[in-house]
Amino acid sequence: MAGSGLTLFEKIWRRHVVTEGPGGRSLLYVDRHLLHEGSTHAFGRMERKGLAVRRPEACLATADHYVPTAPGTPEIADPEVRRMVADLGRHTGRLGIPFFGRGEPRQGIVHVIGPEQGATQPGILLVCGDSHTATHGAFGALAFGIGSTEVEHVLASQCLWQRKPRVMRITVSGTRAPGIAAKDVILAIIARIGAGGGVGHAIEYAGPVIRAMSMDERMTVCNMSIEAGARAGMVAPDETTFAYLQNRPLAPRGDRWAQALAYWRTLPSDPDAVFDREVTLDAADIAPTVTWGTSPQDALPISARVPDPAAVGDAARRASMERALAYMGLTPGAPLAGTPVSRVFIGSCTNSRLEDLRAAAAVARGRRAAVPAWVVPGSGGVKRAAEAEGLDRVFRDAGFEWREPGCSMCVGMNGDTAAAGERVASTSNRNFEGRQGPGARTHLMSPAMAAAAAVTGRLTDVRTLA
Amino acid sequence: MEPFVRLTAVAAPMDLPNIDTDRIIPARFLRRPRESGFGPLLFHDVRFDASGTERPEFVLNRPAYRPARILVTAENFGCGSSREMAVWALLDHGIRVLIGPSFGDIFFENCFKNGALPIVVPAATAAALRQTLAARPGTALTVDLEAQTITGPDGAAIHFEVDGFRKHGLLTGRDELALTLEQMPAIEAFEARRRAEMPWLG
Ligand code: SF4
Repeated sequence: MAGSGLTLFEKIWRRHVVTEGPGGRSLLYVDRHLLHEGSTHAFGRMERKGLAVRRPEACLATADHYVPTAPGTPEIADPEVRRMVADLGRHTGRLGIPFFGRGEPRQGIVHVIGPEQGATQPGILLVCGDSHTATHGAFGALAFGIGSTEVEHVLASQCLWQRKPRVMRITVSGTRAPGIAAKDVILAIIARIGAGGGVGHAIEYAGPVIRAMSMDERMTVCNMSIEAGARAGMVAPDETTFAYLQNRPLAPRGDRWAQALAYWRTLPSDPDAVFDREVTLDAADIAPTVTWGTSPQDALPISARVPDPAAVGDAARRASMERALAYMGLTPGAPLAGTPVSRVFIGSCTNSRLEDLRAAAAVARGRRAAVPAWVVPGSGGVKRAAEAEGLDRVFRDAGFEWREPGCSMCVGMNGDTAAAGERVASTSNRNFEGRQGPGARTHLMSPAMAAAAAVTGRLTDVRTLA
Repeated sequence: MEPFVRLTAVAAPMDLPNIDTDRIIPARFLRRPRESGFGPLLFHDVRFDASGTERPEFVLNRPAYRPARILVTAENFGCGSSREMAVWALLDHGIRVLIGPSFGDIFFENCFKNGALPIVVPAATAAALRQTLAARPGTALTVDLEAQTITGPDGAAIHFEVDGFRKHGLLTGRDELALTLEQMPAIEAFEARRRAEMPWLG
């Protein structure tokens, strides 16, 4: 029967409904709960209320947002931060929750370690008190960010009340030209649907371009779903997914693997499934992309010029562009390429995995950084794998700084910040005012583009470096 | 959680779309304990200059809007980071109601968990309200959750939608977790079924 098929999202949702509640809400069961320093507020409240954690073994905690990333794991200087990281260790210890703290070899950004450990699997419902939890949707999981009260609720009950979102399919057709990264694809998608375009939706990314992507690339795409307003983004699991997961520490083994695999193969959207909204992009139209403003939707090909607010009819849009350009210190009509940058940040849950570092190293190799450039691997695992390939040497030889894993300069909360007025070429996900420090100016781009900015000291089309 | 039933208060307009939670409360303040009070941190870097002096042009610093307890916003207010402290900062400053065409999904949810009421109205309605508030600074609105109405100075009521579950939660200040824990038999039955059908999940 036409139209009776189910979407990937719907299949996972149905599997997780414990009971239906009032107001069109469902009580959903949570398979996996990831935690970080931000969760200490919730742990503290639970301790005061005397609440127990229902399933500590379903949790996995790491220290990422606040840890310093300067080489050599120094002591945490700020006493408040030291207390926060210590508190996370104390609470997870008291509650029996596995915790990758500082100095533990598996420590890293929560959205890097979940997949790396095999904790992220197809068909599961995964939550974390962090808006970039959609990253895990790359495995065909339903994964979304929650607030601190919801973190407490999940810890205590292993469940969450949710209203079912609508589902949007974004199909990327055609093939990517050489030099076009997953980051360019997602920035182009956000520019197309807008920073609020996915509000109230879960997104399924589909089409040949997504299908051909590696897991690292799919994670980059899903990671930024929230930048288009969507809490969840997902990709149907396939052989690429299964090959990535097999033999990961927390992945099923033996008979269990076969059993899981049989289930995972049933998950992709049925051919006759109907989506609430469909958007299609042609990969041929996607160029290396950079942001110029203070919303991730403010993205353009590197060959473009800074847009002119005067050419915009809508008064509210014009005012918001004028404000963004004033903050960014850019002149309408000036070419984006050639804009001098003050520093470069390669890292964050969007782009700190092995393939990201390889792409950046390929550009850095044999060249010299013209401005301070940091490379912050996403986890201890990524760091060791990169070092085994000699990527740390490539970066160091090129004058880049090779740092310890953590969120670092993605967010101005751990001491790794840019100064007011500094222009940063960054592989992170948010170019909001003040995100990388008060007054810091962020341009989002792919790892290869960020490395190109590092070696030229300017926003540069990486394809011109040949 | 403090129940919310009805509020008459000055409303302030915020015209910019896509106001993210980093702007509502910068990340460097998130480590503070809840008890320390987040009100002075609200919109910190746009409300104060680098020396900590108020920027007179910022809407909430203007005398007529200082007592505001309602914000009328543009599209996608509260987008970005899931930080619940964005709602704490609004509440601690005194803002209890937000009215706008759309809100960030996580922020929207966080509001209800803390006793704030975000109201979605058509974009044209929000724009007209913002215009009124800008033309006559200090104008008060009445928001009645029971009746689901917003009433302006002209006395005309705008009806709004809110789902029954959230409405009841706000009206009573009820703890959602208590409601969930009443479902424990259903949760346990679900877990047993899950163990049988998906043993690899542990
Ligand atoms: S890397 Fe940035 S966006 Fe990702 S979890 Fe850390 S702070 Fe959040």
